[in-house]
Amino acid sequence: MGNKKQIYDRGMVVAGLVIFVIITTFPFWYNHGKASPVPEPELTDRAKAARECVEPKSVMRAKHMQLLNVWRNTVVRNGKRVYVNSKGKSFDMSLSNTCLDCHFNKAEFCDQCHNYASVKTYCWDCHIDNPKEIK
Amino acid sequence: MNVNYIFSLLSVIVLFLLAYVGVEAAGFQILFGVIIPYLAIITFIAGFIYRVLNWARSPVPFRIPSTCGQQKSLSWIKPARIDNPSTKMGVVIRMILEVLFFRSLFRNTKCQLKEGDKLSYEWEKWLWLGAIAFHWSFLTVVIRHFRFFIDPVPSCLQLLEKVDGFLQVGLPGVLFSGIVLLAAVIFLFLRRVFIPQVRYVSLASDFFPLFLIIGVAISGILMRHFTKVDVIGVKELTMGLVTFRPKIPSDVGSAFYVHLFFVSVLMAYFPFSKLLHLGGIFMSPTRNLANNSRRIRHINPWNYPVEVHTYEQYEDEFREKMVEVGLPVEKEIAPTISEEKE
Ligand code: HEC
Ligand code: HEC
Ligand code: HEC
Repeated sequence: MGNKKQIYDRGMVVAGLVIFVIITTFPFWYNHGKASPVPEPELTDRAKAARECVEPKSVMRAKHMQLLNVWRNTVVRNGKRVYVNSKGKSFDMSLSNTCLDCHFNKAEFCDQCHNYASVKTYCWDCHIDNPKEIK
Repeated sequence: MNVNYIFSLLSVIVLFLLAYVGVEAAGFQILFGVIIPYLAIITFIAGFIYRVLNWARSPVPFRIPSTCGQQKSLSWIKPARIDNPSTKMGVVIRMILEVLFFRSLFRNTKCQLKEGDKLSYEWEKWLWLGAIAFHWSFLTVVIRHFRFFIDPVPSCLQLLEKVDGFLQVGLPGVLFSGIVLLAAVIFLFLRRVFIPQVRYVSLASDFFPLFLIIGVAISGILMRHFTKVDVIGVKELTMGLVTFRPKIPSDVGSAFYVHLFFVSVLMAYFPFSKLLHLGGIFMSPTRNLANNSRRIRHINPWNYPVEVHTYEQYEDEFREKMVEVGLPVEKEIAPTISEEKE
């Protein structure tokens, strides 16, 4: 039998493997070992005064989109506008008038997280992103 | 019931329990979130290279013209340039079409006895359709996941996610590729279970990756839409991995560790399984060689010098005897004849 060490078409094989390694290690070299700091959403004074969000913080952190979806559907489909949270407190189900009332610093709050996780919400195509603009 | 797929299903369930119990009860976050993923990616890359180099060491002395078209021959016979390529360019085009569109699978036929004993061949496109849906959606899902591994995320990735979320159902939006992936992989599994001929040739090594990928897809979809995890925490962990500053964020749900463990197992298993057709397709002699056997002499690389006994040598050896019994010879025994006769 032949010499088992010889690699046939060495040039092509090596080139292919180099491409493979470059692609599979892409995240390791693309970031230059740097990652931007983990976002720490800033609370406004109004939010701080309220002390609590609509639901407990851990729930809000992971599930606020689902809450917003429920709000949206309830308002648009059922015409109901009052949300009662797990503690019995009522909220007006509104993106701009409730969420952004406390979190009126959308850029430092919502966007900071969303940019980090590359979330592009299309909500702001229609909804006003700063309630102060409402006349 | 079939041992092969029951065994594979059980292994995947065991894997799930390992990760779930390991994180929930034993608190092995570092093991499942850092150590195993690192080992998995190293195994994946090293194993891949090892296997490909191993293939590259096997000589392919002959062109294997298992082609679907007319070979290039006389100028007035139209050759099939892509299906039976005679040039490198043709091979490259054939390879691209094969890799991106599974061209040879597209020609898949089914052989069946119909109306009693009538043999019939039918174009079988469902396997191709399932395969193409599966592979393309898998690729989309993989590329989409790069949002967890790079920072800042380039806009082309955001565009991909936007296109993938075109259904705009629910929040966070349902991603099309995820659904197609799960549907296609389940189809590919059911095919192996319900078609008797295919079931007959299916082994545990066919079912295991299917179950594993089903596990990956289901855990991912559950995590995004149902159990919910802290995505910011997830990215903290993944960015820690790729910047070599591993870190376990406080409260990422165990669903995430299950998902990550499934993916790690898939990566580590990849190079040593049939999944390596990812690299194998480029190494397959029926796809990567131009059919030019008639124009170019290909010499077997493992040929040792063969000692041949040519006709000339044969005649030299036996000339006298041949002449004696009156056999025709090419070279007469001109000068020596007279000597011998004397
Ligand atoms: C009454 C004021 C108020 C309203 C209205 C409100 N929030 Fe909050 N939100 C807060 C406060 C206060 C916190 C911090 C809670 C804590 O630290 O326990 C918070 C925290 C959060 C967090 C978690 C941030 C983090 O650091 O993890 C998210 C996400 C969030 N809110 C989203 C929303 C959304 C979406 C809405 C609308 C559905 C909303 N909030 C409505 C006051 C509010
Ligand atoms: C095509 C434009 C459009 C887009 C995009 C859009 N909405 Fe709306 N949304 C509306 C309209 C119109 C209403 C009805 C307003 C009303 O009845 O007060 C509404 C109502 C709502 C409501 C209840 C009422 C209120 O004042 O907020 C919520 C919550 C809501 N949308 C959330 C969202 C979220 C979250 C997104 C992004 C995922 C989004 N919407 C995207 C048009 C839009
Ligand atoms: C703690 C970080 C954080 C904060 C603060 C935050 N979000 Fe989010 N949000 C996320 C993450 C992460 C996702 C994506 C979840 C996923 O991909 O599964 C998301 C998703 C969403 C979505 C669904 C987007 C889609 O198309 O899938 C909406 C809508 C949304 N957030 C609204 C808001 C609003 C409004 C605020 C500010 C009041 C806010 N979020 C604040 C982290 C945050």
